[in-house]
Amino acid sequence: MEKILLKNLNNPGGHTLDNYIAGGGYRAVKEALKLGHDHIIQMVKDSGLRGRGGAGFPTGLKWSFIPKEVYPKYLCCNADEGEPGTFKDRGIIEYDPHLLLEGMIIASYAIGAISAYIYIRGEFAFGAKRLWEAIKEAYEKGLLGKNILGSDFSIDIYVHRGFGAYICGEETALLESIEGFRGQPRKKPPFPAVWGLYGKPTVINNVETLSCIPSIILNGPKWFSSMGSEKSPGPKLYCVSGHVNRPGLYELPMGTPLREIVYNHAGGIKGGRNLKAVIPGGVTAPMLIEKELDVPMDFDSLAKIGSMLGSGGVVVMDDTTCMVKAAYIINRFFSHESCGKCTPCREGTHWMTEVLKRIEYGEGKPGDVELLEGVCANIFGRTFCPLGDGAVMALRGALKNFRDEFAYHVENKRCAARGGFGAIGVWE
Amino acid sequence: MLSEKVRGEIRGVLRNYKNLRSACMAALQIIQREAGHITEADMSDVASLLGVNPVQVEEVGAFYTMYNVRKPVGRHHIQVCTNLSCSLLGAGHIVNFIERLLKIKTGGTTQDKRFTLSTVECLGSCATAPMMQVDEDYYENLTEERINEILDGLK
Ligand SMILES: Cc1cc2nc3c(=O)[nH]c(=O)nc-3n(C[C@H](O)[C@H](O)[C@H](O)COP(=O)(O)O)c2cc1C
Ligand code: SF4
Ligand code: FES
Repeated sequence: MEKILLKNLNNPGGHTLDNYIAGGGYRAVKEALKLGHDHIIQMVKDSGLRGRGGAGFPTGLKWSFIPKEVYPKYLCCNADEGEPGTFKDRGIIEYDPHLLLEGMIIASYAIGAISAYIYIRGEFAFGAKRLWEAIKEAYEKGLLGKNILGSDFSIDIYVHRGFGAYICGEETALLESIEGFRGQPRKKPPFPAVWGLYGKPTVINNVETLSCIPSIILNGPKWFSSMGSEKSPGPKLYCVSGHVNRPGLYELPMGTPLREIVYNHAGGIKGGRNLKAVIPGGVTAPMLIEKELDVPMDFDSLAKIGSMLGSGGVVVMDDTTCMVKAAYIINRFFSHESCGKCTPCREGTHWMTEVLKRIEYGEGKPGDVELLEGVCANIFGRTFCPLGDGAVMALRGALKNFRDEFAYHVENKRCAARGGFGAIGVWE
Repeated sequence: MLSEKVRGEIRGVLRNYKNLRSACMAALQIIQREAGHITEADMSDVASLLGVNPVQVEEVGAFYTMYNVRKPVGRHHIQVCTNLSCSLLGAGHIVNFIERLLKIKTGGTTQDKRFTLSTVECLGSCATAPMMQVDEDYYENLTEERINEILDGLK
């Protein structure tokens, strides 16, 4: 497949404006300015593009919720990319920042926004620098600012750096953070389309989502929807890490089978060992086992088997992996990132981590596995935002397939996988 | 007291936002970049620049984990990712190795104030695990040898 999102991945200097324009860049903006707002929104609807930030919400539909008569409106690009196992947005930002800017200009025009923000996680200092440089170049060429390309449309794009809070990837926490508050989620409804940044209509889209827009404008919705799965068309970035021979970022048609991603593209399991489990969409997504590997990697197919596409972060674990340790590390992440707003998540994730830690360290008590299941049941469905539920989904995914291993740890004070439970820091 | 340079930079970001308070995160980032950490006095200076209560600045400083509030760090801040993908490929060994090399525990600072060592959650560089961030830079595909080289180069 021709690369759409990663065409500049191996092109040194591809991130500069000159190279981007030489490759046909910013033609889509010119085209879009001729088409008009409603036409663009219809094209994005017809393309079938669904949000790549995790939830898979139809992008054109989201844009159409923006009320016409309220001003100002905002576009926010979600570049918080904190889901462990995920590094796709970083790839676009570092290698092709103008692709994102072009998508943002078109999206802003379509929804009638004249200010847009890129919320980038603080750790991506290099990415922020790339964006600042790209934005500066775009202003100099009249692609940003007042009356872009001589049209009556004006748009400013600003970079807002996060500073270490996974929860700011949740769209309403992201808005709080831009406004200068702690990044804690807001109650929904009202949804951001009605009451978003500074209380004004706001669209929040992921980096990868927005980067699909220029090619939809240029090649048409039919072209886009002919790629990938019927119900989730288009190209998709898959991030593969863990025990594989060729970890990396792969652009493939949405719905590529997980087996093909792991064995063909990522080169199979390292050292010729066997696969034990794969997380398909960032650590929140419940893990899968060998017999589930033929699943097409799209929103609906993964949901059908009880997992999710999430961020497209594929983490591969071979047969030497201790599942208790994996579950402990994942859960420790959630308790660290719990924003503290609601009790089930704040207290529950900490408790889960404590219990997992003692099981991992060979200090588990009889009944600990049941205790974990009980805590899960008390968190699930009772949290203010999806983070708490996500922690439960991840742990349930591990327990569903590897409950015996947890029980073995508790009973024998050591690991079935490696014959020794080991302290943190001694993985092998 | 904030330097004129820092004040100027903070004033520069104010126009990115609809209200002053929105510049709070950026203001603290500018201060930390210059000084390595953020003091009580910095926070009240930011508060008066932005016309908010100092506790509102403090709140932001405390919530976001990258701010070193009232917590001086060494000249170089080593942050090793210990999330899943990195741990699968030996992040634990990397942490242990650096602890032994610098004779400090995670969270500690060397006596000469050259290095502080922390562990952090996923840094979005999982395909090049194990990895760490030192100050603003990423160092990937770490081995003991590479770490020796990298740390030797940071004075
Ligand atoms: C805890 C949590 C973390 C999230 N992190 C991210 C993130 O890092 N990046 C992202 O694009 N979306 C993230 N999301 C999803 C956003 O809330 C939102 O759905 C998305 O940015 C919408 O963009 P899209 O429609 O283009 O997918 C997160 C959601 C939750 C609940
Ligand atoms: S579920 Fe967790 S992260 Fe979400 S609001 Fe509650 S405490 Fe915060
Ligand atoms: S797990 Fe270490 S960078 Fe993602």
